[in-house]
Amino acid sequence: MLVEALVLSAILFVIGTLGVLVRRNAIIMFLCIELQLNAVNLSFVAFSRYLGIEGQIYVFFVMTVAAAEAAVGLAIIISIFRHYESVNVENFNLLKW
Amino acid sequence: MADILFFIFAAMAIGGGFGVVLQKNPVGSLLFMVGTLASVAGIYVLLDAHFLAAIQVMVYAGAIMVLFLFVIMLLNLGHDYRDDIKSGLGLFAAFAVTGAIAGLLARQLRGAGDNPLLAHFPGPEGMEQLLAEQGAIGAIARPLFTDYVVAFELTGILLLVALVGAVAIAKRRV
Repeated sequence: MLVEALVLSAILFVIGTLGVLVRRNAIIMFLCIELQLNAVNLSFVAFSRYLGIEGQIYVFFVMTVAAAEAAVGLAIIISIFRHYESVNVENFNLLKW
Repeated sequence: MADILFFIFAAMAIGGGFGVVLQKNPVGSLLFMVGTLASVAGIYVLLDAHFLAAIQVMVYAGAIMVLFLFVIMLLNLGHDYRDDIKSGLGLFAAFAVTGAIAGLLARQLRGAGDNPLLAHFPGPEGMEQLLAEQGAIGAIARPLFTDYVVAFELTGILLLVALVGAVAIAKRRV
């Protein structure tokens, strides 16, 4: 089941990458980053079944960091929305030339 | 049986992933994401990571997704059905980058099943024995509170900093 899980993890990671690059809604881009984190977690768990429990502990830490990142990232999105009245990344063009 | 369940969960996870990317309404995307996370939790159970499956459902599908839903509600984006997928050069560049990453991953994974390193892997018996001896929570708690206790405490500090930072950033007037 190791190789199947790694293939599934790769597919989910690619879908997440596609979502980040294709969508313009900042919240959905953020959601796709969570999908990528989850894909990597899946490959950690798949390896941990064969190589020991450390992989699962690493996934535990990744989940905590993902929770912290979601809280701060959504706060930034709220703060940007107050300024531009939009979450569409096309409107955030202050650093664009 | 486990293999059939694995493929059912895998199909649900991939379908949910495409739903997240293709759904126009953010709330719809979020619900597809919850489905994907729940399917991945099912796969964790099949891979003997019972504790992680539980916290995947409670923390990820429960808490983090509800946080996203709160933000969508707060910003009143739930009625947004406009198409926001990029077009033209942006879409082409996105597919080019995604294709390159997919190609690299496919190249790495092709022939992974008969990699000679796999013969040196201990196999799932060691993990099953560990789970039988210490239980699903004991097996992960023992190293977490002994070998990795510093990292664990630092994660606690990180969560506190994130909490204070989120409140400070989202506050109306700084």
